[in-house]
Amino acid sequence: MLLLCLLLVWNPAGASTPAEPAIDSALFDGPAASAPLLTDNVRARLLAEVDTVVPGELLDLALVLDIRAHWHTYWRNPGDSGEPPRIRWQVPDGVEVGDIRWPVPAAIAVGPLVNYGYSDRAVHLVEVEVPADWPAGEPVEIAADATWLVCEEECVPEQGRFALTLATAEAVAPAPADSPRAALFADARQRLPESGVIAAGLERTEAELTLRVPAAALPADIADAHFFADTWGLIDHAAPQPWALGDDGATLLLRLKPGEAAASVPATGLLRVVAAGRTLGLGIDATGAAPLTDPAAPGAGSATAGAADLGLPLALGFALLGGLVLNLMPCVFPVLAIKALGLAGQGGAGVRHRALHGLAYTAGVLTFFLALGLLLLGLRAGGAAVGWGFQLQSPLFVALMAYLFVVLGMSLAGALTLGTSLMGLGQDNRALAEEGHVGAFATGALAALVAAPCTAPFMGAALGYAMTVPWFAALAIVLALGLGMALPFLLLALLPGLARSLPRPGPWMETLKQALAFPMFATAAWLFWVLAVQTGTAGLAAGFAGALLLAFALWLHERLRLGRAPWPRVGAGVALAGLAGALWLGATAGAGNAGLGSAAAMQSAAAPARTAMLPAEPYSPERLSAARGEGRPVFVNMTAAWCITCLVNERVALSGSAVARAFAEQGVVYLKGDWTNRDPAITDYLAGFGRNGVPIYVFYPPGGEPRLLPQVLTEASVLAGIGAG
Amino acid sequence: MLRSIATAALLSIAVAAGPALAAPEAGKPAPDFSGTDTAGKTWSLAELKGTPVILEWTNHDCPYVVKHYDAGNMRALQQEATGAGYTWLSVISSAPGKQGHVSAAQADALTKSRDAAPSAVLLDEDGSIGKAYAARTTPHMFVIDKEGVLVYMGGIDDKATTDKADIDGAENYVRLAMADLAAGNPVGQAVTRPYGCSVKY
Repeated sequence: MLLLCLLLVWNPAGASTPAEPAIDSALFDGPAASAPLLTDNVRARLLAEVDTVVPGELLDLALVLDIRAHWHTYWRNPGDSGEPPRIRWQVPDGVEVGDIRWPVPAAIAVGPLVNYGYSDRAVHLVEVEVPADWPAGEPVEIAADATWLVCEEECVPEQGRFALTLATAEAVAPAPADSPRAALFADARQRLPESGVIAAGLERTEAELTLRVPAAALPADIADAHFFADTWGLIDHAAPQPWALGDDGATLLLRLKPGEAAASVPATGLLRVVAAGRTLGLGIDATGAAPLTDPAAPGAGSATAGAADLGLPLALGFALLGGLVLNLMPCVFPVLAIKALGLAGQGGAGVRHRALHGLAYTAGVLTFFLALGLLLLGLRAGGAAVGWGFQLQSPLFVALMAYLFVVLGMSLAGALTLGTSLMGLGQDNRALAEEGHVGAFATGALAALVAAPCTAPFMGAALGYAMTVPWFAALAIVLALGLGMALPFLLLALLPGLARSLPRPGPWMETLKQALAFPMFATAAWLFWVLAVQTGTAGLAAGFAGALLLAFALWLHERLRLGRAPWPRVGAGVALAGLAGALWLGATAGAGNAGLGSAAAMQSAAAPARTAMLPAEPYSPERLSAARGEGRPVFVNMTAAWCITCLVNERVALSGSAVARAFAEQGVVYLKGDWTNRDPAITDYLAGFGRNGVPIYVFYPPGGEPRLLPQVLTEASVLAGIGAG
Repeated sequence: MLRSIATAALLSIAVAAGPALAAPEAGKPAPDFSGTDTAGKTWSLAELKGTPVILEWTNHDCPYVVKHYDAGNMRALQQEATGAGYTWLSVISSAPGKQGHVSAAQADALTKSRDAAPSAVLLDEDGSIGKAYAARTTPHMFVIDKEGVLVYMGGIDDKATTDKADIDGAENYVRLAMADLAAGNPVGQAVTRPYGCSVKY
């Protein structure tokens, strides 16, 4: 029947041999290449990249289809019609064969329809792994039955059986890099999509889909862009895809016509971009945008997706609320409490002074948030993929923060007398002098500095929104966050009634002050742990040594000052030297990160996994799409060592046996991304949900739309989220 | 702001100007059509109101069509449908000179030679019915209930191959849609990927 088919479509007038490609696969021969198979429309060959493989190593095979001129074969989503090639492998036990890695396709018009596929030559790379225990010297026999459809307007299904033999050896000399075979494989790799997946937004209306791709993830000077959907039904393949740069060049917008199953298939695909004469394929995942979209929302004429659907007033409200919540974070509350003490200490002072004090504190907080916002905007403009907690992603910053908390702790415990106005601890009337306001300003800035990385539940959406809006709106949001944070203290200061109801000063304050040293030390301990995760034990050792030196220098300085020693200058000198040494060690701890980069990354991925009872795999976009492709439910947890909310959630909600059981029963793939150090893949993932900080918890039901879980988890909410509750 | 409005306007114009096929929607009234069969008789959806209708796009030279006719699968489905009161219209939208284009006499000969059992074969050489239904592939299947509502559009089954061995064990979406209609249920799988050769407009 197949023969008959071939005869029916064979048109002798149009007969031509397959196009002669630049690199002729006939140029190389040997057991590691199958005999060429000639059909009417294709010359097909299966090739191995090398003749001899070392057991335990990977190599690439290529199914090469040289296609008759004007005919085409198909991509994994063939478009309006057609069928992708399939390969059935016969390999010895233990030899693993991967999936086809599809080259970036072209859109091929066939009448009013569009196919996704390849003309002239299609090279299908497949990775093969010969197991490490394969006896070296014994050849590996590989056979493959391949089928493919080749069409001009008419279509012909073709098939072939290919066989090749790989030699194995303990070691092989590197293959010559300039052979035609090496060139063919190099060329094929050039045509593959870039690694990684870009998180994009997708706005849906009845008549239109707008794909929003962050321009930072794309090359500059785009000459052309086309989106290839992974799955049939997402878009109308034949509709034109007008594109433009929007948001002042920050976003590539592609207008797509929805396909017949746009609401039910995953919004993923490949973006083909032509820029500077190069054609790139970039993986696109716009599934993250889906849960924020509510096409059923009444009156939503154009329901928008992603971060953009949070209006500015709402975002400001969230930011203000988020700022208020920051006051309760463990790393901020002590500071607030100390400030309250300071106020109580000024019980007799005038209303005006108190108000000034409160306003100075507020100004301090706002100044910090303003600086941070400006920095964030600057970095955003620079296209750097950074997130809110970025200060704590720098080990140097972490080390310095740890030192700060050690010193604050020592001061509170009574080992040091710092300039008390720094913490607003003044219990004498000096706090009411001019420097008291400076102190209040500094305390405000300090409190904000400490608070910013503790992304409280309300901050995520507001900050994600801030990153997507014009600069003035972004600044307004960041300032609203700061205002929310300063508000409780400002109220205390402005309303004498409230302030009067504060407890009267007394010996209890010294007790409380000393007790508050321990949260400071706890914070320092936590920061050192973060440092350890980031830099490993060497960085931690340097950090500890620096803290020790610093503490010693300050203690010495204190003794010499109090004891009216004969050489106060020596004391100051020693203290300064100690301080310098501590800073140098802190910098070493930070720099250690560079050398230990990959080791630290591995460690940081492993460390949280050890503490949780659920076995987690490190997150990668590839792993996520692979697991989803297998139809398995996936739970994604983006965390960071410095994110307390994340750690509490893991302890409280994700370590229990009920959750572990539910995950096991449903076969949930648990992917955990560690953002302790900057990881662009995770930053992109967060951006896909309009977020700018961790934690984020997303559950992907098999075949369904991803579900966003709250940022503060309970066991019950996790079980409900994965549909097991 | 002005710039983004201008961008949006330009993009919308570009989309509106695009030549894409009209898209019928499952759950909505099926597009009306009027076409002539091999005997010269005119068929229109409006006149068929009261009976359920199945539209099948076909091209006898397409390997995917050949798969289902050669294996007797299409004939079995056609007989099942017409036996249950459906009007089965096979539509040929190939343009003159293109693969699958046939005269009325050739179409009748094909019906005989490939042992087909449709109610009629519509000759749609200008592609107007095909474009009204956005028929993309051969086969591409449409099931319309007796109220004229499109209840299914897509592939004939879930095995997008040319291999006859895949017919056994495939989920035949048309059969499922007919079963759902017979039971008075909404069609479970209302839209699937049509597979096959492109329609040769």
